[in-house]
Amino acid sequence: MNRMAHLERESPNLAHSWSDRRSMTDLLLTIGAWVVALLACIPLLSVLYMLIVKGGGRLSLELFTELPPAGFETGGGFGNAIVGTLVMVVLAAVISVPVGVLAAVYLSELGPNSQLGQSARFLAKVLTGFPSILVGVFVYAVVVLAMGTYSAVAGGIALAILMLATVVLTAEEALKMVPRKMKEAALGMGCTPTQMIWKVALPTALPGILTGVMLAIARVSGESAPLLFTALFSNYWLSRLNEPTASLSILIYNFSSMPFENQIQLAWSASLVLVLIVLVFNILSRLFGRPKY
Amino acid sequence: MSSNPFSMAGSAESVSQSPSGGEYLVDRGFRSLAVIAAFLVIVLVAYIVWQIGRQALPAIREHQIGFLTHSDWNVQEQKFGILPAIWGTLYSSLLALLVGGFFGLTVAIFLTQGFVHTRLGFVLRLVIEMLAAIPSVVFGLWGIFVVIPTIRPAANWLNENLGFLPFFKTSLSGPGLLPAAIVLAIMILPTVAAISQDALTSVPYRTKEAAYGMGATRWEVILKVMVPTAAGGIFSAMVLGLGRALGETMALAMLIGNSNQLTLSLFAPAETLAALIASHFPEAGPAEVEALMYAALVLLAIALFVNMAGIGLLTLTQRRISGKA
Repeated sequence: MNRMAHLERESPNLAHSWSDRRSMTDLLLTIGAWVVALLACIPLLSVLYMLIVKGGGRLSLELFTELPPAGFETGGGFGNAIVGTLVMVVLAAVISVPVGVLAAVYLSELGPNSQLGQSARFLAKVLTGFPSILVGVFVYAVVVLAMGTYSAVAGGIALAILMLATVVLTAEEALKMVPRKMKEAALGMGCTPTQMIWKVALPTALPGILTGVMLAIARVSGESAPLLFTALFSNYWLSRLNEPTASLSILIYNFSSMPFENQIQLAWSASLVLVLIVLVFNILSRLFGRPKY
Repeated sequence: MSSNPFSMAGSAESVSQSPSGGEYLVDRGFRSLAVIAAFLVIVLVAYIVWQIGRQALPAIREHQIGFLTHSDWNVQEQKFGILPAIWGTLYSSLLALLVGGFFGLTVAIFLTQGFVHTRLGFVLRLVIEMLAAIPSVVFGLWGIFVVIPTIRPAANWLNENLGFLPFFKTSLSGPGLLPAAIVLAIMILPTVAAISQDALTSVPYRTKEAAYGMGATRWEVILKVMVPTAAGGIFSAMVLGLGRALGETMALAMLIGNSNQLTLSLFAPAETLAALIASHFPEAGPAEVEALMYAALVLLAIALFVNMAGIGLLTLTQRRISGKA
């Protein structure tokens, strides 16, 4: 009896009202979220705008064919830096991809839950967030001091170390995506684990592995801290792999602090070229990664 | 046709056969190679730590623990101390985390809680992902020519009118802590946004539906249900973002001003460990290289600690949410 009366007195008001404090808070926070999301887009748009306006103005063929200018010179380009960056990135990929994919094969197929597998996976994750300058310091101590000279090889090794973790972790994910039934079917037909991996797992996971490799390449081609004292810089064309080598990122760093307008312009153009290189690898990674059916 | 499908096995026409000796050997060899490769990852990290530690050893003997508490960096007198660099590293990273963390989390909420149409969400997600693809030096260049001139009027107004506060004590003449922290915040935003998005989308759907079903408004659901449920993942996103900020080098070397002073002022030039190494290493003599190796070891310890904590937390929370022990 008492309960019925209670219900009648306080039947809830289900009508939605904008003047309600809860609705107002909701609206204000939603507007706030829109503002924050739009603000978050500004940096990228501003960077791209500056690259196109400041870097695009200077874009010409001679940028790709000429050497960096000295102090007061006009003109010039950064052909040697483009070559240097590409050579070191290729070196890095040649070193890190086989090792990375092999390690991923172990992590996903051979010993996913073994002590070794878990430790390697954990340390690979730690390596993805590793300060790149420390890799530079390490390679300086191990390679540069041993060879007695700054070199493209040292730069390539530094970039390979930075690539390795990304390659391992993405290749492992790709291999794990291969349906278990396919692997079991291959093993059930009498394949050795190696035959199963080479003929079923790796071919099926190839698009995913390539995505990871391209992402890793995109990431390291813009790196500069590990090259600073491994590859150093050079004002000349690359002739041998065991001598100091130019790279786009170091060129930008060096030129950004120079008091000459010509060098600043070149730094912007080099930034545009570098971002385009990074974007090409990024787009490639998306193309490989797109599901085919 | 034989009625028994198994009669083929073992007969001469059968396609199936047990592995030959060669195949057996190849299998053994390949599997050992894979084990070695996995082992190599572990050895590599251990070797990096050992090698940097070994290079730092002479400086550790020479300067001992005082290296961490002194603030001179004088090559002539062989006096080296990294207190300002440690302070600058922590100060700039925490500032960047404050701003980048807020923006990153808000963007993650915005993208996962049904605020935008799928196509617009795709564009925003692409913009944030592309931010991660811009090289550090390009951000440095952009910081010098865009961020510093843009914030200079506001910074100098704050200095003139609120100069009694320690944060605004100096004017912004060029490179300084604030531009560095702003660029750093932009650089860690994608990391924080990506990991927070994963954390928010891994909250079970029925948890969200239950909250909506009880009549909660969207932001009540987000702030009282979604964010607390995903708190573990969001926290590790912040820790990993911090780890990224601590190790960031080139943009900071270009923007922070490389001045070895202890300051609270946001507009004063400062120093970070990574920027110190990057700017001094190329021209350093033997004694200074040793000191820089010591600085690298300190950075290594801080970065490893923060990263391992972040990854450990993330693994723990993922296990808890997916229900595995």
